[in-house]
Amino acid sequence: MKVLVTVKEVAEPGEDFAIEGTQIAPSDLEYGLNEWDDYAIEAAVQLAEAGIADEVVTVTVGPARTEETIRTALAKGADRAVRVWDDALAAEFTDVASRVDVLEAVVESTDPDLVLSGVQAADTAFGATGVALAERVGFEHAAVVNDLELDPDAEVAHVRRELEGGVEELTDVDLPAVLTVQTGLNEPRYASLRGIRQAQQKEIDVRDLADLGLAPADVESALTLTSMAVPESESDAEMIEGDAGAAAERLAEILREKGVGA
Amino acid sequence: MTGDALVVAEHRRGELRDVSHEAVTAGRELADARGGDLHVAVIGGDVDRFAEELDREGVDAIHAVENGEEFDHNAYQAAVAALVERLDPGAVVTPNSVNGLDYAPALAEDLGWPLVTDAIGVAYDDGLAVTREMYGSKVETTLSVAGDRFVLTVRGGEWPPAEGVGDATVESIEVDLPESGARVRGFEEVGGGDVDIADADVLVSVGRGIGEEENLELIQELADALGATVSASRPIVDNGWLPKNRQVGQSGKVVTPDVYIAIGISGAVQHVAGMKGSDTIVAINADPNAPIFDIADYGVVGDLFEVVPALIDEFASE
Ligand SMILES: Cc1cc2nc3c(=O)[nH]c(=O)nc-3n(C[C@H](O)[C@H](O)[C@H](O)COP(=O)(O)OP(=O)(O)OC[C@H]3O[C@@H](n4cnc5c(N)ncnc54)[C@H](O)[C@@H]3O)c2cc1C
Ligand SMILES: Nc1ncnc2c1ncn2[C@@H]1O[C@H](COP(=O)(O)O)[C@@H](O)[C@H]1O
Repeated sequence: MKVLVTVKEVAEPGEDFAIEGTQIAPSDLEYGLNEWDDYAIEAAVQLAEAGIADEVVTVTVGPARTEETIRTALAKGADRAVRVWDDALAAEFTDVASRVDVLEAVVESTDPDLVLSGVQAADTAFGATGVALAERVGFEHAAVVNDLELDPDAEVAHVRRELEGGVEELTDVDLPAVLTVQTGLNEPRYASLRGIRQAQQKEIDVRDLADLGLAPADVESALTLTSMAVPESESDAEMIEGDAGAAAERLAEILREKGVGA
Repeated sequence: MTGDALVVAEHRRGELRDVSHEAVTAGRELADARGGDLHVAVIGGDVDRFAEELDREGVDAIHAVENGEEFDHNAYQAAVAALVERLDPGAVVTPNSVNGLDYAPALAEDLGWPLVTDAIGVAYDDGLAVTREMYGSKVETTLSVAGDRFVLTVRGGEWPPAEGVGDATVESIEVDLPESGARVRGFEEVGGGDVDIADADVLVSVGRGIGEEENLELIQELADALGATVSASRPIVDNGWLPKNRQVGQSGKVVTPDVYIAIGISGAVQHVAGMKGSDTIVAINADPNAPIFDIADYGVVGDLFEVVPALIDEFASE
């Protein structure tokens, strides 16, 4: 069977960052592989190693910069990658539906039995792409999966969904399916030197909208980002100043007042 | 009509979840702003009892759909889509819960409506504007939504629960529900064991800032010096460095100790959900913008590898 993994490169602001209009200054952002997708890649590679998956393909909607992150996924064991980008996607805040327009076309051309997606992207945190994609392509789905056992003969995924408060739901999901992967599902590997070398030889298939049979109007976002600000702190925290020694002394005093360590 | 809002309640194992009543408040706010009625849907479980509990001030109509005991995303999606067809509301509101995120995106896709998740505030003028956070709660953003129909999921704890007793009409609805390709086999409680962090008076809680597993010794040493119990944020448990029963947060334990000391924890919303009720919150973090400082009573901006040893010294030198 074939596994498609959706891989997003996410941005993380540094300790100091400036907001310019409705975005963080690009120079104050660091980019990396979305944490949740790291677990999804690992799950897919483990399926390949177990002889259940015969091909692991990644898909990323992102500009050329994201190839560094894509290479990381390839170095961890994905076989090949598809990257989709177009100026029409750069212009605005993409909504879930536009992203799904693109991913749908990639699902059609790669024809996977299983799509693994992350629970959420760490930066925009919509938590929605995988489930929306499943609906669009007519796959079954399960969100927030922290345990996965695949029965390829019965074409069923036995999963656990992690609900709130330490409760897990045990569910059987018919394939083909989209599963959104929660952290803790496995232990994501580090890319080995050999993996990194091999990744250089692997294919990244770059597509634009026209290649996928889409027009800019298809991916017009229903959402517009109109403001971004550092939230006004409602905190009345006492910030303890001074070097570590002075801070520890004051903190010890406070803790003793609260009866700690007495 | 378009100004109406339809809120979908959530329940699990025989109980309505608190977020249902909060979503009702958010739905009422939207319906008021758009001059419409507030409908509430309850699907599956003991719908009659749930309908009674959901009949709070401001609810105009409750629609009960019988369907098994527990959540089934295909049934929820189909039932809500059928109600949308009948009632023509412009807004569908669900809790931004694990189950909410298991069907709301599919529903929005099915209806062809824009989706905004994890809302912490809404305003309605010419159109909907939603306040939500990005970058691990470091920034707050406003998204404006084109058109006048949308699916919205609302974060827990941001709207007060609806209260009082209402006089909503209650009707039972029959909906043709699809055979589901996802079948729930049961539930399991995880995170049991010998320690219950919810019992501790003082928690020393460690996050990803600790860097390496062997550095946990430092945290244990501090806990020993303070007579405290060690708890953790999720990455520490995901890494297998501490057992699941030590995890504080949405998918772990909710704790309310006298003193909660967060060390190298950023303060993600799912973590804060589990500890914001602590009496006194102390945060030690290298990043002055870490959201944990917004809910802390005392904060130290600094390197935990300097502050924690100094703090241990303060208590060891007695
Ligand atoms: C459905 C769902 C459920 C979740 N449930 C939970 C849950 O139950 N509990 C939970 O905790 N999370 C949960 N999460 C994960 C949550 O979103 C965050 O990813 C997680 O809480 C981050 O943990 P952290 O603060 O330890 O790590 P990070 O966010 O990486 O923060 C590390 C912090 O350490 C600081 N730091 C680094 N080095 C130092 C140093 N030397 N000295 C001082 N400070 C330092 C950094 O400034 C940073 O603020 C859930 C997520 C989802 C999507
Ligand atoms: N631009 C993208 N390219 C590829 N995958 C994405 C992209 N955006 C989101 N995803 C996938 O969808 C998941 C959930 O993202 P979101 O719904 O945006 O929170 C992520 O973990 C990724 O697996």
